[in-house]
Amino acid sequence: MKARVYVMPKAGVLDPQGKAIGNALEGLGFGGVRDVRAGKVIELDLAEADPAQAKQIAEDMARKLLANTVIESFRVEIV
Amino acid sequence: MKAAIIVFPGTNRERDMRLALKRASGRDPMMLFHREAALPAGLDLVVLPGGFSYGDYLRCGAMAAQSPIMRAVKDFAAGGGYVLGVCNGFQIMIEAGLLPGGLLRNATLRFLSMECRLRVERAGTAFTAQWQQGDCFRAPMAHGDGNYFADNVTLDRLEGEGLVAFRYVDEAGQATDAANRNGSARNIAGVFSANLRVCGLMPHPEDLVDPLMGGVDGLPMFQSLAERLVSA
Repeated sequence: MKARVYVMPKAGVLDPQGKAIGNALEGLGFGGVRDVRAGKVIELDLAEADPAQAKQIAEDMARKLLANTVIESFRVEIV
Repeated sequence: MKAAIIVFPGTNRERDMRLALKRASGRDPMMLFHREAALPAGLDLVVLPGGFSYGDYLRCGAMAAQSPIMRAVKDFAAGGGYVLGVCNGFQIMIEAGLLPGGLLRNATLRFLSMECRLRVERAGTAFTAQWQQGDCFRAPMAHGDGNYFADNVTLDRLEGEGLVAFRYVDEAGQATDAANRNGSARNIAGVFSANLRVCGLMPHPEDLVDPLMGGVDGLPMFQSLAERLVSA
């Protein structure tokens, strides 16, 4: 079972990387970009065959390691 | 003072730390590799030095925080042990939950390698006993992710309980935005745990402990520790 973990800077946490990307997009002539947030995606290939169980395992992994929940939020998707 | 420095793959400031501890205490600290599962008995101080442990994979300090030795360091701290973390060591402490908050990418997105000025926000601790409250000193810094973050409730609590250790200040000793190069919340450069026995900071006091390094501004931290943590 494959799980995808999306890790994003929490709302309200400064994201200088996203800001810099936004500035670069503007420099390239892309107008109308109100905000950019940059995070990461982690793909897991899990032995667990049950989607609900797999989701729970991935969420546990995210809480313990993949995301720092002080500064980041996460979302798990089973694919 | 019986001190141990923890060395992870990618740690690179352990020798600077060793020099500072030896200079202040007259005793050579031991080096412990990350694979050790236990700390030797009778330690007074554990130090997590700077560097780029595990290549900063995932988040700075995130991998090191999961290594076997860190479980022992957490137990040591929980039992009232003294722990100092500098730069990557501070990041590891944060990731291990030894200190509150988070360390984000520098607000400028630049790796900052320069000297900064710190103000002692709380004297009288094992880390700051040789200073007076409000004393300012120079310290080198070299980091890409030193932008201290915590929510306002946590920041208010840290300030209210006197757990802010150091702040970035200008020449006049004022905590201005200009002096806060990495964008840290409320200019915070270092914090204490609630029992004042765990201290983490981004700048490197261990790199100014000899006139040959350009000054001894950082030496009081190690003298404070050496004086307070006299081995039985």
